[in-house]
Amino acid sequence: MGATQRLTVPGKFEHLAQIAEFVTTASRAAGLNDDDVFHVEMAVDEACSNIIEHAYAELTGDIDLTCYVPEMGRLDIVIRDHGQSFNPDEVPVPRLQEGAGLDAVQEGGLGLYFMRKLMDEVRFEFSPENGNTLYMVKRKQA
Amino acid sequence: MNVETRELKHVTVVKVTGRVDSATAPELERVLSELINSDRNQLVLDLEGAEYMSSAGLRVLVSMLKAAKKGGGDLRLAQLSSRVAEVFDLAGLTPVFGIHTDIVEAVGSF
Repeated sequence: MGATQRLTVPGKFEHLAQIAEFVTTASRAAGLNDDDVFHVEMAVDEACSNIIEHAYAELTGDIDLTCYVPEMGRLDIVIRDHGQSFNPDEVPVPRLQEGAGLDAVQEGGLGLYFMRKLMDEVRFEFSPENGNTLYMVKRKQA
Repeated sequence: MNVETRELKHVTVVKVTGRVDSATAPELERVLSELINSDRNQLVLDLEGAEYMSSAGLRVLVSMLKAAKKGGGDLRLAQLSSRVAEVFDLAGLTPVFGIHTDIVEAVGSF
């Protein structure tokens, strides 16, 4: 327990599969169940896709992932980039509950929506010195 | 991700295997767009081997569903894994697509 694992990859779509493998392995090592592992894979994939698509739209840079297991059954993930920051509060929330499925998906914001649905904690920090940091926590479901 | 197409009499079956994410979704879009643009717009997507689909994949499928319907056709889905089915549920898209348990049923639905 307490082991920290890190992965740094260029912010390019072709590294998404490698990122997925990294967080899947870390999730299993944290004692999460199969559903949890899938949810972590999905949330991290959406987070990194957003970084590549938006933060690194006009810049190039790395994505730095750190996985930490503070106790068995809990995985903390920190994702850092040095691209364009954004305001999470300005990302539209998909209107999925209103039966607007088709249009809501096209309007975007689905990735952030998935992250918040799938993880127990999702928190962003933006700093000129340290870049953009996303903290996510997943706890083992009963 | 790998995409294979099989032309039947009235329907084209597109078999997708592997991961559909932001890296691979554009390739799926290219294949489906080409079919729809050449009037092959009665489409069945065989997702048995699709182990993963992100919101990027969903956006492509929604866009292609609209394009197929505009041309008088439809994009119907078959053999979703429980993981991919969960993603469709999460996005509220399950009622939007015709979803079938097997290919024969999906092809026969046209």
